Amino acid sequence: MTTLRVALVGNPNCGKTALFNQLTGSRQKVANYAGVTVERKEGHLTTAAHHDVLVVDLPGAYSLAATSPDEAVTRDVILGRRADEPSPDLLVCVADATNLRLHLRFVLELLALGRPMVLALNMVDEAQRRGIHIDRAALQLALGIPVVETVAVRRGGAMALIKQLDLAVPPPQSHIATQDIHAQVRTLLQQTVSMPRVTDRRDEVIDRIVLHPVWGLVLLAAVLFLMFQAVFSWAAPLMDAIEATLQASGQALRHVLPEGALRSLLVDGVIAGAGSVLVFLPQIIILFLFILVLEQSGYLPRAAFLLDRIMMTAGLTGRSFIPLLSSFACAIPGVMATRTIQNPRDRLVTIMIAPLMTCSARLPVYALLIGAFIPQRSVLGLFNLQGLVLFMLYLAGILSALLVAAVLKKLRHDTSEHALLLELPSYRLPNVRDLALGLWERATIFLHRVGGIILSLTILLWFLSSYPAPPAGFSGAAIDYSMAGRIGHLLQVVFAPIGFNWQISIALIPGLAAREVAVSSLATVYAISGSDTAAAEQLVPILASQWSLATGLSLLAWYVFAPQCLSTLAVIRRETNSWRSTALCAGYLFALAYVASLVTYQVARVLW
Amino acid sequence: MRLHELPRGGRAVITAIYELSAEDVIARRLMELGFVPGEPVRLLATGPLSAEPLLVQVGSTRFALRIAEASRIEVAMEGESG
Ligand SMILES: Nc1nc2c(ncn2[C@@H]2O[C@H](COP(=O)(O)OP(=O)(O)OP(=O)(O)O)[C@@H](O)[C@H]2O)c(=O)[nH]1
Ligand SMILES: [Mg+2]
Repeated sequence: MTTLRVALVGNPNCGKTALFNQLTGSRQKVANYAGVTVERKEGHLTTAAHHDVLVVDLPGAYSLAATSPDEAVTRDVILGRRADEPSPDLLVCVADATNLRLHLRFVLELLALGRPMVLALNMVDEAQRRGIHIDRAALQLALGIPVVETVAVRRGGAMALIKQLDLAVPPPQSHIATQDIHAQVRTLLQQTVSMPRVTDRRDEVIDRIVLHPVWGLVLLAAVLFLMFQAVFSWAAPLMDAIEATLQASGQALRHVLPEGALRSLLVDGVIAGAGSVLVFLPQIIILFLFILVLEQSGYLPRAAFLLDRIMMTAGLTGRSFIPLLSSFACAIPGVMATRTIQNPRDRLVTIMIAPLMTCSARLPVYALLIGAFIPQRSVLGLFNLQGLVLFMLYLAGILSALLVAAVLKKLRHDTSEHALLLELPSYRLPNVRDLALGLWERATIFLHRVGGIILSLTILLWFLSSYPAPPAGFSGAAIDYSMAGRIGHLLQVVFAPIGFNWQISIALIPGLAAREVAVSSLATVYAISGSDTAAAEQLVPILASQWSLATGLSLLAWYVFAPQCLSTLAVIRRETNSWRSTALCAGYLFALAYVASLVTYQVARVLW
Repeated sequence: MRLHELPRGGRAVITAIYELSAEDVIARRLMELGFVPGEPVRLLATGPLSAEPLLVQVGSTRFALRIAEASRIEVAMEGESG
């Protein structure tokens, strides 16, 4: 039996990916803003009549006249311009039932292609809530294609569409004339849709507060602030529990195993090393809870609206906002999301500064150092000082990103136009099940990292730190004789001016593969060199007692800038298709990191 | 008058879209988004720090525009001729 190839197309944010997930059982990212999907994704579905259907999810597009790389992907797939892929047998055009004035225009544009097509009126639940009535039969007749209703976020909400996939769809009779497409939309709306109000009153009321010149900014600041406070205060009890468990298991192993390499590997390498990263799971979860709620609610484009003026001053388009925001999770999806930016130069600048946004992998490093060097004090009786410092580190990243963008703008004598043209979606209440699944997914990703790359690198570092073992009669610490000790001491020559000791220098190397490894590497190195007591498992007090404050602050400054993530550089290379841009990006980030740490270290040394 | 010259909360009807160059991608996109002559628009809000960006309602959709984009849109306030 042949496979039916179906493509989901439609305006941004109409629910294509939600529908795709529903049809194929996939778990692609769904969120409430335009431009979530930037790549083509495929999945399979077997219909009631046992037909195999290949479903392709596409980036949202306003028209076939693509203005950005993501829209170009959609255009090329629909028109069959990709060499590796025949054009789809059936277009499933998805439209937001609450916004047909906008979405029907693209439907008509696609209809004019004369290809087999089905219209899925999605979000009919919302339409019902707002009292919008659509005469499906009349619309079907007027368009000359099957029209089905769907609720992509409800279980079984795509039944009508799945049934339709079993029926043959002939190409539409093109009785839609080639006259003005907007006039046709108006006529169609008049004939088939009744709307009590063109807009949702709820959205209007919320926007009056959220976009208010004063209250809007206050709210934005409050949201961000709450987020950083929460990361520290809510997570603390859970982190303590994980830490206690790890320590207990370390102790237990110590009692069970005889002194030797195996015990050291398990206790110093696995538990002290990889375990030291595991502790940060609660903080990661809380950070993502905030990110997910913001993404689902529709608040992100509002934040972009409020901050657009600042972006403009830095020579960025407001379009850069969401890619930059995504980079707080990880720079990789952030760099991918720049595909929604129309102007190639704007896109390049956004890619260049995306690594300056503090990604979640940096959180363990920040949290460790803040825990060791910043006292847990409340400021003005309101803020937690540690949360405040974390907020400032994030802010430092953002401000330097704006600065770098402004400098790049000056350098290229940019006078071109930076369009915004950003759609503000309807607000939606985040769905608890989606949030739970999203967090679960994040937790799994994190645990996989800890159990995979972080554990492997930490074990590798354990070997390097343990061997070769010193000959009898070696006077110094055993670790100084090891491979890692020697490399660390060599590297320290470079890093001494910025206050890094050899332990930090060696930890930076495996940190290139995954930033959190810097934490586990430090833990392992200190655990091996430490005495055989329980204290060796506690990194925070060790750092607090052995490092100067200046060194701690210097490493924090280093992490604001350093491009210590090979996967990010690889994605930058792929998306820019240029080694030069990639090298430039890595180079300027290293330079900034070194200078920032140098200044921090030298100033802090004088002050304290 | 141009769209960005509307007072906050002002309603108007679009009368023309200006293309600033032969291949004005932005003007074209504006039309695809529903900014076409005859369409009612409303200026709902402006950015907090200056007159930019503009929050504009057209059809059932709200868009954030910068002045550069909004100035391509010629509008007539209700009750005003031409
Ligand atoms: N109430 C309701 N919400 C929906 C429905 N379908 C999707 N949504 C929500 O609409 C938003 C957009 O959904 P997505 O599936 O990401 O939209 P998309 O078309 O893939 O968006 P892009 O990838 O940006 O083009 C999300 O917040 C969904 O939860 C629906 O049928 N009813
Ligand atoms: Mg999508």
